[in-house]
Amino acid sequence: MKYAFFICVPVDGPGASPEEVMADPRFAAYIEAARAGAVTGGARLRPASDATTVRVAGDEVLLTDGPFAEAKEYVAGIDFVEAADLDEAIALAAEHPAAAGGGSVEVRPVWE
Amino acid sequence: MGVSSADGGGGATGGDGGAEAVERAVADAFRREWGQVVATLIRVTGDWDLAEECAQDAFAGALDRWRRDGVPRRPGAWLTTTARNRALDVLRREAVGAAKLREVAVLGRDEPSYDGTGSGNSPDDSGVHDDRLRLIFTCCHPALPVEARVALTLRTLAGLTTAEIARAFLVSETTMAARLTRAKHKIRNAGIPYRVPPAHLLPERTGGVLAVLYLLFNEGYAATSGTERLRAELCAEALRLARLLARLMPDEPEVLGLLALLLLHDARRATRTDAAGDPVGLEDQDRAAWDRTAIDEGTVLLETALRRGRPGPYRIQAAIAACHATAVTAAETDWADIAALYGELVRQVPSPVVRLNRAFAVGMARGPEAGLALVAELEREGTLDGYHLLPATRADLLRRAGRRDEAAVAYGRALGLVGNEAERRFLRKRSAECG
Repeated sequence: MKYAFFICVPVDGPGASPEEVMADPRFAAYIEAARAGAVTGGARLRPASDATTVRVAGDEVLLTDGPFAEAKEYVAGIDFVEAADLDEAIALAAEHPAAAGGGSVEVRPVWE
Repeated sequence: MGVSSADGGGGATGGDGGAEAVERAVADAFRREWGQVVATLIRVTGDWDLAEECAQDAFAGALDRWRRDGVPRRPGAWLTTTARNRALDVLRREAVGAAKLREVAVLGRDEPSYDGTGSGNSPDDSGVHDDRLRLIFTCCHPALPVEARVALTLRTLAGLTTAEIARAFLVSETTMAARLTRAKHKIRNAGIPYRVPPAHLLPERTGGVLAVLYLLFNEGYAATSGTERLRAELCAEALRLARLLARLMPDEPEVLGLLALLLLHDARRATRTDAAGDPVGLEDQDRAAWDRTAIDEGTVLLETALRRGRPGPYRIQAAIAACHATAVTAAETDWADIAALYGELVRQVPSPVVRLNRAFAVGMARGPEAGLALVAELEREGTLDGYHLLPATRADLLRRAGRRDEAAVAYGRALGLVGNEAERRFLRKRSAECG
């Protein structure tokens, strides 16, 4: 099955650079799984302060500065993952740096 | 519950029984086979709604057919085959691909036959698992909300109707139906696997299943409300499921521990409330009215389970329940033993509620002041603020220490927090004794 991982991190978190994450041995398992093909795509996103939220009411396009909801966490990135079932996806998500680093990973099945 | 209840009756009788005997046989088969039929159909079709529908049809059809042809020798096998054939019909009508149909037909035909003895094909060397075990682990998957796990277990495994489950949990039938539908959709859409978890997940997931069964039991065991009969049936269902789990996982000592715990609690159920429905404290319960058979079964099970390694939380709680259940009089209760058991439970489950229970046991074992010191610790931490049993425990220990004025104050605080009417009356009575 295909899953999307929404990588959520605390709004005021320290924010490690990709280089720091790559060098951290705690995250080797995720990086290795990604290299082995479990992660099929994804992107690191600019911070929530750069976000614009779009809504349409009738004919009018309404824009809001910032992410869709005020929250303690924001979506910092997205990974597309191929896993046999939810248990496998959860196991992989648990290896993600954000999951153990004060953030969270939302696992969402992709509409297929 | 879904079919009018009946006990006894092996089911494997000929066709000469009266209509009543057939009805009894169907009701009996419903209790014993519903979970098995649904579990098998889910594995074979991968469709939870279809599985339930076809199982229902099979049981409905059984009444007519068994009246005419006699009760089959293996009702479970008859019901599974009938339900599977019905599923094939539905899938054919929906023009499901030929490959899938072949799969269903073949898988269905090769079913080991279930004769209702409950042994099924429990885990063996080939790693084959009973379908009911797959079903219960899937119903109790941690990715589902807790209330959905409980509801799904009652619906698919125990065969309670949506209306019955709704009444038991005091929500509308619409709400309960939506909860069940949402859970089934998530299982399908999120890819929650239909299986017994692999070894590295098994201890944690087994703990999750036990937690659901214990929750189910406690829902029925909790203080009185208008739905007394349904609550008694929740306890009965929890016990039935715990027995099933113990049969399917005989090597898991915590599973045996849970069954022992439920038996020991259930043995006291009738004496826990008086005629008016008010709670009766352990000390004042009529010990002669406790169910000796259940206590004996529970203690024997517990002894077996305790021989297998360091006890986990369910075996410890069962051991505590056994201390109470086997004390001839309240005064003879071995509180030192109970306090020690709570000490171990706190190490494994360091929740404030468990610590509060330990505080009371310590108070009973070493004197009220020792218990009050532990209660004071919890009060300072503030994690139980708003929980009526915190001041109620303090009040009870103060009363035992002879500090009546202080006890009355603490009872007053407990009364300000308690939500349940029957418990309020109980606290008032105690408070009046201190006045």
